[in-house]
Amino acid sequence: MLEGILIGLQTALSLQNLLVVIGGCLIGTFIGMLPGLGPMSIIAIMIPVAITMGDPSAALILLAGVYYGAIFGGSTSSILLNAPGVAGTVASSFDGYPMSQQGKAGKALTIAAIASFAGGTIGAILLMVFAPMLSSVALLFHSPEYFALMVVGLSAIAAFAGPGQVTKALLMTVLGLIMATVGEGALFNLPRFTGGIMDLQSGFGFITLAMAMFALPEAIFLVLKPKNLGEDGGEIKDLRITRAEARAIAPVIGRQSIQGFFIGVLPGAGATIASFLGYAVERNIAPKHEQEEFGKGSIKGLAAPETANNAACTGSFVPLLTLGIPGSGTTAILLGALIALNVTPGPRLMVDEPQIFWAVIMSMFIGNLVLLILNLPLIPYIAKLLAIPRNFLIPFILFFTLMGAYIGQNNATELLLLVGFGICGIALKFANYPLPPLLIGFILGGMMEDNFSRSMQLYGGVNFVLERPMTMILLLIAAALIILPVLRTRKARKAAA
Amino acid sequence: MATKRETTMKTMKMGRRALMVTAVATLGLGNAAFADGHQILDEVHFLIPGGAGGGWDGTARGTGEALTESGLVGSASYENMSGGGGGTAIGYMIENAASLENTLMVNSTPIVIRSLTGVFPHNFRDLTLVSGTIGDYAALVVPADSDVSNMEEFLAMYDADPNGTPIGGGSVPGGMDHLVAAMVMEASGRDALGVNYIPYDAGGTAMAALLSGEIKALSTGFSEAVDLANQGEVKIIGVTSEDRVDAAPDAMTMMEQGIDTSFVNWRGFFAAPGLSEEKTAQYQAAIAAMYDTPEWETVRARNGWVNIHNPGDDFLSFLENQEKVIGDLMTKLGFL
Repeated sequence: MLEGILIGLQTALSLQNLLVVIGGCLIGTFIGMLPGLGPMSIIAIMIPVAITMGDPSAALILLAGVYYGAIFGGSTSSILLNAPGVAGTVASSFDGYPMSQQGKAGKALTIAAIASFAGGTIGAILLMVFAPMLSSVALLFHSPEYFALMVVGLSAIAAFAGPGQVTKALLMTVLGLIMATVGEGALFNLPRFTGGIMDLQSGFGFITLAMAMFALPEAIFLVLKPKNLGEDGGEIKDLRITRAEARAIAPVIGRQSIQGFFIGVLPGAGATIASFLGYAVERNIAPKHEQEEFGKGSIKGLAAPETANNAACTGSFVPLLTLGIPGSGTTAILLGALIALNVTPGPRLMVDEPQIFWAVIMSMFIGNLVLLILNLPLIPYIAKLLAIPRNFLIPFILFFTLMGAYIGQNNATELLLLVGFGICGIALKFANYPLPPLLIGFILGGMMEDNFSRSMQLYGGVNFVLERPMTMILLLIAAALIILPVLRTRKARKAAA
Repeated sequence: MATKRETTMKTMKMGRRALMVTAVATLGLGNAAFADGHQILDEVHFLIPGGAGGGWDGTARGTGEALTESGLVGSASYENMSGGGGGTAIGYMIENAASLENTLMVNSTPIVIRSLTGVFPHNFRDLTLVSGTIGDYAALVVPADSDVSNMEEFLAMYDADPNGTPIGGGSVPGGMDHLVAAMVMEASGRDALGVNYIPYDAGGTAMAALLSGEIKALSTGFSEAVDLANQGEVKIIGVTSEDRVDAAPDAMTMMEQGIDTSFVNWRGFFAAPGLSEEKTAQYQAAIAAMYDTPEWETVRARNGWVNIHNPGDDFLSFLENQEKVIGDLMTKLGFL
């Protein structure tokens, strides 16, 4: 492992990659701060840039930097404006915004910065320890296990969907699976569902779909749901925190780093769930008199979600890097980017391309440090960016989206597809359908079919399910993940009735 | 000269990778050459039917680099046109033939395979055949710790349990890796239909499957096999070349193990249909002259390519022969 760390440091500390990680963090912080634009949109927009860099390590470092930068930046608008930039920082506004209303905005931002830094760093240490362990187990996986693992990944979407969203999330997953069937599959060497259109022979472009489902709808939402920004923000005066306050949040940060990390590792769960769970757990275990403060400006209530969401971001890299399974919409986008760069994430990544694997982990430490340094002294100035008018911002987003879809393929058909899917995406978003399940379904669908058809061929039919116990166990887990939320909903409905 | 200086400045400011970005993102500008005055063509525009970074991309850019730096061609530009697994670019060449006399399209064995299956509405006869330039043989490999170390032992294992001896590859059924495996087994006297071919979406996943024991052997490109063998991961049990290849002198050919078959995955260049004979001859002369230049040798060695020069009519007869061999095999396998 030491050797890997050294290789990683060498790659991550090259001048180019240092600039890349700093740039990624800055862009992420800036965009993450803008309400409505989540890490998925900004990563989708940045993918063409990352791909044209040509170097997988640099590309992944850039995208990872953007990812945790966005989570970092999201907390700023949660605290100052009560307008979370990303879903993962919603819980941060529960206590962060009251603090800023009480004139303690500076203190809140400092706590958020320190908690995020600690969460991210401890998460990266855990990633270093657990990823190689998981990776060696994963080498025992054959096609049937991969197929079953994909099924678990898809089922987890149902388990972690929001209340009342289970059916919608499943529908979107199925839509994603259907879209993945267009083009040439692994079973046939003939095009399928292409309608005779040659440009569809290799299937729908992943980048195009990601942009159409995330960047376009959110840009349109910014137009349609205007909200005044930069007016009611609390003034930032004093950034300092006292020693007593530091002592109070230290155990919270310790607990939430670990809890957040493991929630992030679970497929389907991510920063959002980790932050809500972290908030809930800390409130429940706090002493009675402190519990009352939660929601009214408790420093513990701010530190918990801030630590957990950053640790979860790091944790979500575990299944991505070791199994090639995206646990969240964001890592699904990262997976698509890696495949476009000819890197196959999975158990062999650590062996075949250790420099990529370790460089990404090392860049997480550097990125977190960069974010801490950037955020502490510069926060008052960065927060001014919140006042940028929408009419400057939206054309930029549209421009980068269209350009990105075109240069990915150098094919104008992608532009038509982008606009077409974009309109569908906007309609779905208005109807309150969650879009990440669609993308996860799309990405996992192709791989699931490939592994399924290989398993069928290797075992001469579906009896691989019976012959391989590991496959059976994974499929049972998948079944439980689908059935439990349905039962839960039914029970809740009965209780209400 | 201006181009050259500008490129150098960019290199200094932005570093190699950043420079690649500029080249990839727009059109790569070749360096204007003012070398020995044996220039044959002013400019060549390379049309690449796939994205940046693939095999076609490397072939076109490497050839362009050798042609311009040796002074045979004044300047080269590149255009990536993805879509339809290469079909979009072929259609473009045919539809816009009149305005594309400076354009060369790179292609390889799949143009033959995909025309046969009808995935492409066109085939190589619809284009002007300029020249085949390089190639890569195919190879069968087994894990380094396998009991098998040559074709005879592998065939013994196969005969004992054909279905339990799956062979994997990085292409779809009916694709190149499958055809090579089928061709080898057919030539050894087995039934090509009995081969349990397992497709993977890329060489990397196929390799992982080989090492995890899911497949017993892997059908892959020779240069990739040499890289893997040098890393100590695999043993090469048979190569589809006629003679042993310098890059791996210990790797036995199929032929010397009594399996009478050979296969080469060629790469070469096509021009738009109806190109004048004079222009075609100029392209062919430039490519023929290129093989003797040190610039080409640098590019070739860097990429581990094998020179397989097949200009004009030779190219046609080579392609027709390959079309027949592959067509017969695909008919037998039930793909046609």
